[in-house]
Parts: sequence; structure tokens; C-alpha cells
Amino acid sequence: MEKLTRIDSTVTLLPIADVDTDQIVPARFLTTTSRAGLGKALFADWRYNKTGTPIPDFVLNQPEAASSQVLVAGNNFGCGSSREHAPWALVDFGFRAVVSTAIADIFRNNAVKNGLVPVIVDASTHAWLLEHPWSRVTVDLESCELRLPDGQACSFPLDGFSRFCLMEGIDQLGYLLKQNDAISTFEQERSWKP
Amino acid sequence: MTAQSLFDKVWQDHIVVPETSDTPAVLYIDLHLIHEVTTPQAFNLLRERRLPVRRPDLTLATMDHSTPTVPVTSLKHLDVVAESSAATQIRAMVDNCRDFGIELHGFDRDTRGIVHVIGPELGATQPGKTIVCGDSHSSTHGAFGALAFGIGSTEVGHVLATQCLLQRKPKTLAVNIDGQLPTGVTAKDIILALIAKIGVDGGTGHVIEYRGTTIRGLDMEQRMTICNMSIEGGARAGLIAPDDTTIEYLRGRPMSPQGAAWDAAVARWRALPSDAGARFDREVTLDAARLEPMITFGTNPGMGMPITASIPDRYASPAFRKAMDYMQVEAGKPMLGKPVDVVFIGSCTNSRLSDLRQVADILRGRQVAANVQMLVVPGSQAIKRQAEAEGLDEVFRAAGADWRESGCSMCLGMNGDTVPAGQLCVSTSNRNFEGRQGIGARTVLASPLTAAAAAITGRITDPRTLLR
Repeated sequence: MEKLTRIDSTVTLLPIADVDTDQIVPARFLTTTSRAGLGKALFADWRYNKTGTPIPDFVLNQPEAASSQVLVAGNNFGCGSSREHAPWALVDFGFRAVVSTAIADIFRNNAVKNGLVPVIVDASTHAWLLEHPWSRVTVDLESCELRLPDGQACSFPLDGFSRFCLMEGIDQLGYLLKQNDAISTFEQERSWKP
Repeated sequence: MTAQSLFDKVWQDHIVVPETSDTPAVLYIDLHLIHEVTTPQAFNLLRERRLPVRRPDLTLATMDHSTPTVPVTSLKHLDVVAESSAATQIRAMVDNCRDFGIELHGFDRDTRGIVHVIGPELGATQPGKTIVCGDSHSSTHGAFGALAFGIGSTEVGHVLATQCLLQRKPKTLAVNIDGQLPTGVTAKDIILALIAKIGVDGGTGHVIEYRGTTIRGLDMEQRMTICNMSIEGGARAGLIAPDDTTIEYLRGRPMSPQGAAWDAAVARWRALPSDAGARFDREVTLDAARLEPMITFGTNPGMGMPITASIPDRYASPAFRKAMDYMQVEAGKPMLGKPVDVVFIGSCTNSRLSDLRQVADILRGRQVAANVQMLVVPGSQAIKRQAEAEGLDEVFRAAGADWRESGCSMCLGMNGDTVPAGQLCVSTSNRNFEGRQGIGARTVLASPLTAAAAAITGRITDPRTLLR
């Protein structure tokens, strides 16, 4: 993973609440055995018509989306299935942050492991963003702030460990592997065995 | 000592390294369930890093998601019945399990089935365990008083390599359900009513404990239906305290403890229920006596209502307008009487023997409406055999339904079983998201009784009118 300290980007707006991971990547794309190339499946059923032609009205088909790294969605983004294909597809398309007033637990967990920053903002910041398509914002991991074009900053919660891993571009497996001795001790000393 | 909840006890019992302000807890996992769809990338990671699977003995593997529900006699035969990408994925599962020393409950085994069905059936799911799977419906196993939740494929890799996960302690939500369930109202209706009440994000950040007299009165299969859909209310896990019902269910199962180990396990399980005075971050109550059969009208499981009600008006929300357009329904109108094209009985929510018996009770001596395609898919090969031993398959076939091999099937339409575009499906599964059962498919979630009633009349029907 690339190191991530700051994202300066326009925002792509998807003002729909409760976007589930079945919309982000429909199940028929999950027969892959790789994590690569899922950007083409991103929002496939909202993005293409029956014959596979892009639907011009859909926001990801607008030319500005190609260079945008920040997706702003309605409340409770990423609910439903645990498929990590959802963040893989968002990252493969070019997004590095998802902004909402709430983000579902499993999606959020998967996002931080793939260089995708889950940014939870207050309702007024969210409302401002939804009224300003393609406006340019900064997501700053150093300060855990999302800054609007007028300089107003909204801080967002991000677990310190996830933040560290995102900023260093490291995955969490290395840390877990270093706990090997503690894990072995736990396995030997616990009062019952599964 | 402060009073602890069931969740607190299970969490505490699995901490390898406690959490700090800088680092999450290292949590030990007692049972890792794996299937073909969310593991290939995790096994690839292990290969890249030359890591073994730490505890193949705590890993239970099966094939269910992209696996066809028509009979597959051999891996060679798979190419005839499955899409090539699904066949490749299934073969990768066979190879991965062989290479990493994991026992696979595959096509050659009579123990194969939906991962959340076979865990309990084999007795691998037990009170007090931590259980994870690369599948959000892992919450099912919470019915036994286990802490069970869904994870992504990267975390599947973490568990394969270390048998541990990095976790922050979630909050707790007590859901108190009391009262006598009316006739025709089932566990599925309870959970749909709860999600309609709290919303699809109502449980985000929380682990639910379902409590109360209604819950105590449910059998294990009904408890699993409730815990299964915890994630549809945003909660990663939903637990029910173990009791006599739990213990009797587990007695004598192939992977249950035996002999002295059984007695020791039961003693440990008896200590798991929440202490009197245990604190929860939030509480919600539901009066079971006032519930009716539930039905969904929109495109998420929170868009549900009593079957006799009319669709509430929430047109102010763009998501609601989109849902109404997609479902071709209108606020102010009932769902009752709407023509139905497909009825699906199955999924990790409602594919167990008691579900199939309820469906058979409605179908016996009746015919599926001429315009309806009905698919009945048992949750496991064991359930299939039990149902056939009772003659339920004959009831389904005689009524005109299709009886299949076990698997996830039409719940997520990635195995050849799909609902055609535009068609309305009354489904006993867990998600009515746009396109979940096939591109353009319109899904209505309901109990097995309600789904069976719709199959007979060809319309959305109050099942209480067909009960005998």
C-alpha cells in the first residue's frame, strides 16, 4: 500500500442513504480469485444499462469522476455484505476516501486495510458537501480533518492504529505476526481448549 | 466485581493482548469458518508471504456461495453445471484446503452445506466461543452465546495466519423481547420488526444481546434466524444467552465435547449468561404479543411493515423514492395482493428443518400457483436427507416446487440461481437490496409461512389465512 498523509481532490457526490455493498460490487463479480481489476465492477448496476453501455447521468460516468479521489455518499455507506471486493473496487476506480455521516462497521474495517480512508463527518459538513458537487477538499490524516474550500475544518474519528497503518502504508498482518509469543502463551495457558 | 454481560465475558476470555489507546486488542478466534468466495485472496496472501495456516484444526471449510444447487457428481462435472469463473473458484478452494491442510466439507462429503448452517449442525458452534467468517451472516452463531461476526478477506488472512484478529471493543445493545408470539408470527417476523424499528444502521458499532421471555421460548433454529439478521440492523454480532435449549441442541453432535469434557463445557456455558445488573450502552424493547407477520416493501431490510399495513410515506428521502421506483410500489398502498413471480425458500436465515416443515404444512395438498416458480433449497446436505426422510421433498414436488441440493442459491444469485429482471420474488432470505437476487430482481423478504402462502395464491398473502 502507498503511504497516505493527505488527499487533495474534488468530491464525487452519491447522495443516497444506506448504499449497500451489493450495489458497490454486485455478487456476480465475486467469483474472482484476485483482488485486482474490480474498478470495472464498481456500481455496475447503476453505472451501465442492460447492454453494458454507460448511463450518462450516473455520477461515475461524468468526466470529472475520473480524477476524483473522494466519494461523498448518503448516511450509512457500505451496509450489508462483508465483501472486501467493495473497497477493492473503490480503490481500483481511484477513490482514496469515502465521506458520510455514518459508515457501516465491516466496510469501515475493510476500507482501512486497503488505503481507503473512512471519513465520518457531522451533518452540516455533509449537507454543505452535498450542495457543492466537484468542490475541492483536503482529507488530512495528520490532523484527522476534512477541510472545505473556505478553510473550515471538520475533524473525523479514526482509530490511531488504523491511521498509523494508513500513513505508513503498512498492513496490519506484520503487527499481528509479531504477537506470536503472546498467542502461543495464550493457547497454552487458557483454561479451556476450543 | 462489576456485573458483566454475556458479551463482556466472551470478549474478556479471548484477549491475548489488551487494547490500549494506540493499539486494538489482539482477540483469539476459536472457530474460523471459511468458504470459496472470500478466501482465495487470503490464501494468495499466505502464499506470497510463505505463511502456514496456524490452526487448521480450528478451521471449518465448506462450499456454498458460488456452488450450484443442481447435483454436482464430481469436480469434472462442475464445468457442465457452473459458470467457468465459479468452477475456477471452487477448484481453488479444493486446492487451497489441500495445500494448507484444512479438512474441506466438499462435494464428496455428506456434511457440506451453507457455512452458517453446518457450524451449528456439526456442533462446532458452541457457547462462549469466538467465531468469525468472511461473511456478514456469521452473526448467526451468536444464537449459541458465541461472539460471532463477519470479517473481510484481509482479516480472513489474519486469522488463517495467526488465529487472531485486531479488534476494538464494540458497544452493547440489549434488545428485550417479551410476550407470547401470536399464531402465524415467527422468528423472522420478530427480526424484521426489530430492523424496521431501529433501522438498517440502528446497531452500528454495537453487539446486540437478545433477551426476554419470547427469546427464551424459541428453539435454536428460530434463535439462529434472529441472530442471523443482526447485521441487517447494522450490528456485527447478536448474541443469545445459552440455556437448556442450547445445551440440549448440542448434546451428542459430532463436534460437541464428549464425556467429562461435555460436563466441564456445560458448567462453563452455564456461567455465561449476563449477570443481574449487567450494563448495556443502549436498550430497545419489542412486544412480541403485538407483532404480525412482516413483509418488506423497499430495497433494504429496514423497509418492512406488518403484512396488513400500507407502505408508509417517506418520499422526502431520495433513497426511499429510488426504492419505490425500483420495487414498482407506492406509499399508501398495501403489499397484500401483489402478484408474485418467484418464491425462494432457503438461505442461512431460513433453510433449516423447522422452516421446511412450516412450508410443507402450508403446501401439503395444495398447488403452487401456475404463474409462480418456487425453489426450495435446504441449508445443508444433512437437512436435505432429514427432509427427505420425513417426505417433505415429496410434498414440495407434488405442489410443483423445485427441490435442490444445499447452498446459498437465490439469496445472492451468484451460483446460477437468479430471479429474472423485473420479477417479484417473495424470499425467506435476508437482503432485499437492488439486484441482490439477479439484475433487476425485486425482492420481498418474509417468513417461510408467508413465502409459502404467496406460492399457493400467486399473490402476497397473509399466511394466517392458509394455516390449518
